[in-house]
Amino acid sequence: MAEYIIKNGFVFDPVQGIKGDKADIAVKDGKIVKSTEVSSKAKVIDASGKTVMAGAVEIHAHIAGPKVNEGRNYRPEDKLFQYRPKKGSVRMAGGFSIPTTFKTGYEYARMGYTTAMEAAMPPLYARHVHEEIRDTPIIDEGAYPVFGNNWFVLEYLKNREIENTAAYISWLLQASKGYAVKLVNPGGTEAWGWGLNCLTIDDPVPYFDITPREIVTGLIEANEYLGLPHSIHIHQNSLGNPGNYTVTLDTLRLAEGFKAKNKFGREQVMHSTHLQFHSYGGDSWANFESKSKEIMDYVNKQKNITVDTGCVTLDETTTMTADGPFEHHLTELNHLKWANVDVELETAAGVVPYIYSPDIKVCEIQWAIGLELALMAKDPMRCFITTDHPNAGPFTRYPRIFKWLMSEEARKKQIESFKHREKMIEATHIAGIDRELSLYEIAQMTRAGPAKALGLSHQYGGLAPGMDADIAIYDLNPEKPHKPEDIEKAFSAAAFVMKTGVPVVVDGEVVNNGNKRTIWVKAKVNENPQVMRDIRDKFLKYYSVTQANYDVSSHFVPNPHVIEVDATH
Amino acid sequence: MSKVVTDVICPFCGTLCDDIEVVVSDDGKKIEDVYNACAIGAEKFLHAQAPDRVKRPRMQQPDGSYKEVSYDEAVEYTAQMLYKAKKPLMYGWSSTSCEAQSIGHEIAEKVGAVVDNTATVCHGTTLIAVQDVGIPSCTLGEIKNRADRIIFWGCNPCHAHPRHQSRYSVFPRGFFTNKGHTNRKVIVVDPRVTDTAKLADYHYQVEQGRDYELLSAFRVALRNEPLPEVVAGIPREKIIEGAEVMKSGRFGIIFFGMGVTQSLSKNHNIDNAISLTKDLNEFTKFSIMAMRGHYNVTGSGQVLGWQFGFPFSVDLSRGFARYNPGETSSNDLLVRGEVDAVFVIGSDPGAHFPISSVKQIAKLPSVCVDPHITPTTEISKLHVPVAFVGVEVAGNCYRMDNVPIEARKVVDPPEGVLTDVEFLTRVNARLDELMAGGK
Repeated sequence: MAEYIIKNGFVFDPVQGIKGDKADIAVKDGKIVKSTEVSSKAKVIDASGKTVMAGAVEIHAHIAGPKVNEGRNYRPEDKLFQYRPKKGSVRMAGGFSIPTTFKTGYEYARMGYTTAMEAAMPPLYARHVHEEIRDTPIIDEGAYPVFGNNWFVLEYLKNREIENTAAYISWLLQASKGYAVKLVNPGGTEAWGWGLNCLTIDDPVPYFDITPREIVTGLIEANEYLGLPHSIHIHQNSLGNPGNYTVTLDTLRLAEGFKAKNKFGREQVMHSTHLQFHSYGGDSWANFESKSKEIMDYVNKQKNITVDTGCVTLDETTTMTADGPFEHHLTELNHLKWANVDVELETAAGVVPYIYSPDIKVCEIQWAIGLELALMAKDPMRCFITTDHPNAGPFTRYPRIFKWLMSEEARKKQIESFKHREKMIEATHIAGIDRELSLYEIAQMTRAGPAKALGLSHQYGGLAPGMDADIAIYDLNPEKPHKPEDIEKAFSAAAFVMKTGVPVVVDGEVVNNGNKRTIWVKAKVNENPQVMRDIRDKFLKYYSVTQANYDVSSHFVPNPHVIEVDATH
Repeated sequence: MSKVVTDVICPFCGTLCDDIEVVVSDDGKKIEDVYNACAIGAEKFLHAQAPDRVKRPRMQQPDGSYKEVSYDEAVEYTAQMLYKAKKPLMYGWSSTSCEAQSIGHEIAEKVGAVVDNTATVCHGTTLIAVQDVGIPSCTLGEIKNRADRIIFWGCNPCHAHPRHQSRYSVFPRGFFTNKGHTNRKVIVVDPRVTDTAKLADYHYQVEQGRDYELLSAFRVALRNEPLPEVVAGIPREKIIEGAEVMKSGRFGIIFFGMGVTQSLSKNHNIDNAISLTKDLNEFTKFSIMAMRGHYNVTGSGQVLGWQFGFPFSVDLSRGFARYNPGETSSNDLLVRGEVDAVFVIGSDPGAHFPISSVKQIAKLPSVCVDPHITPTTEISKLHVPVAFVGVEVAGNCYRMDNVPIEARKVVDPPEGVLTDVEFLTRVNARLDELMAGGK
């Protein structure tokens, strides 16, 4: 494999604590090495006057699978004026809020992202998720199977059977080639099977006689019993409702007393995702207000929690979530088209388009909350930037979010343009915040932080020798004055991106389809005949496919990167 | 000694039964028997063994007779045809695997083709309605485990999806439906007294083509608003009773077929049926699902969706994907003479398209990739026989509820016969040569 040396760039690497110093980065055999280890034949890439970071890591986005594809297929309007023709080896690619698989890979790469996680995989549809992942070029991907409404989990945890839950998780990760334990509206989505919901952590799940509280704590225990690379990844109950911040705090408190047990350097036991949607005060849309301070004050204190923001980008987008009842609630609210799929024994999902208008007070407040969470974070290694793509906005808007976070001037300009700015300012904290995030903090929130929370800090998110050569160079000189717009422009189309040692983007254009891998976790547990019998039994009686046709076979995962965990006790 | 292959997928209809057992001879070459499958499904497996099967490509001669050609010649003809055509139509895809569809799309992108699948004459109207109003749906296992109200509207599963009712919708005992069919009330809406209608608790013998009115009447009845005495041939009392049956269930589902998608009003019928389902969700839990025909027509829509963003009628001729059914759909293109070559795979437009379209295909350079002799192969210039997906080669397929299931290989194809994937891969490679300036 070719050797490279990236010279004279301003390097931002939280893993090594480099805060904009000029340094050379050497690459050999797809890995980062010491400068002395490459030969004189190494190709020199001049990064003078530019910013150098590791490839970014997306911890939470909906980019592959049945609900994403439903979004694509039922929204032809999303493709309008959005197509790029085929060019050389680069396939034709289109779509805005729900881009085609090709566009997903290309756009992430152009922004300097080299790894992305699909945040909700219905296990019965895992094969579909992996087919899409296979067709997404360049970026490494993994997918989180959903567990929070799974009948096996509900039944085991009702009886506090942690070891059996862990054995089942191990089996399902293997069958679905999944990465982590995801919970979406724990209990509430099963309730949606009857058109109901669980809005607090103590609402009982119909029939199953268990509460979201028990599901969350049980899955934390099972996750730590297994020592998985990532913690449980939770989308909490009562998403999107005014006043839901108390439910959010109740859920976050469930992590108290638990300690991370794993060999991957992960410190949190709970990742709470798209927190913006869970930080709402008031009791109606009329007195809707930001509770980001209450939430972040708690998060800042609790070392064993990580979060991501779910920033609103003020676009027309397509919401999609395994929170089935929420999507029904949303379609009742905005009267736009509603797709729903309930998945036997496992989960559900809904899809509804949404317009975050700068002329609507609620949307303006939501925009502020997302940014406030990041700006109030005391530890940027535990708070990551997301849009919960495409729910609060498409991932292609990350550069704009960086601009808002890095420039008070840009935020002020945005607030000025709002129709209800006075009311919005009254209901939020954003106008009083003068913090501007540095490039180093951006690197923490988009690279080193998410990689660590995912248990992948040994290979992603940094530029230390031995790590994967995932590198992004941006045309942004931190020592020279620049306008807020320059930030957005630089991050939208990187000057150069390398993925495991292969240049994939040059001057903002994709030049190579890369060598993408699918990451999944194989957790070995003690033999558990009871769980195996339960699985056989459920397939015989209640599933609509046979057990033998459930596993995702290896040809759907052509370039796997398997992370092995030994959880035999 | 024979051996039994279990958990085999039936590559016939959108029900995609995956519990088929196939008895294979000891040498693994011959299918001896098929268990669990319906009559049509069993025949699909057994027919693969027919002694008169075409095993080599055939080129039509000027006098209408056929001359056997090699696969090399077939690849050359297909690649040249697609390369020279300004706007070829690549139609079908519903009876082949997602892997084959994916390579076909790569070819289509290169040559600027229009890619369309059988939904164009089947559930395409459903897809259009979904683009207008969405679709609250679920997997078939949800029906088995929860549903107590089953509506079949304009479809006849007894004949078209023979195991649907026993596997998923009427008879099975599920988690919350442990009394099977006695837990459920079945409504059939059909102008004919079909075998499915005979099974129903309620048969609404709607006047032909008046589905839209009846759907609207149910929506009115749900709201307790006044109705005329008779709507679509159904008395008011019966409509009110039907609405009550739907409302009073715990979990209901509407299955609908081509009786509503291709009758008068087309997509508007489905729009209204989905809106009825959405209305019912204000009272109880309700879903709706299309009874998809071919075993992988759903898969074609899925692969087209994630690669190009549209489920059928995708026009790639301008270098980017366009979608406008009526303009970019097969029959419209054929009837207007807008395509200059036709490539057919995994379907039979010769049997199902209007005669004006069929005549047009017969005039154009054309290739049909199909294991069988069909009306389409008889009008195509070149017939390329291939292995049966799901019998002689594995590959991914999507059930009518979008659940993907991988079809299995049971026996080897006849010696020398290519699979869809192999044939398309060779055409793709030859196209690369042609485009690089080779000959």
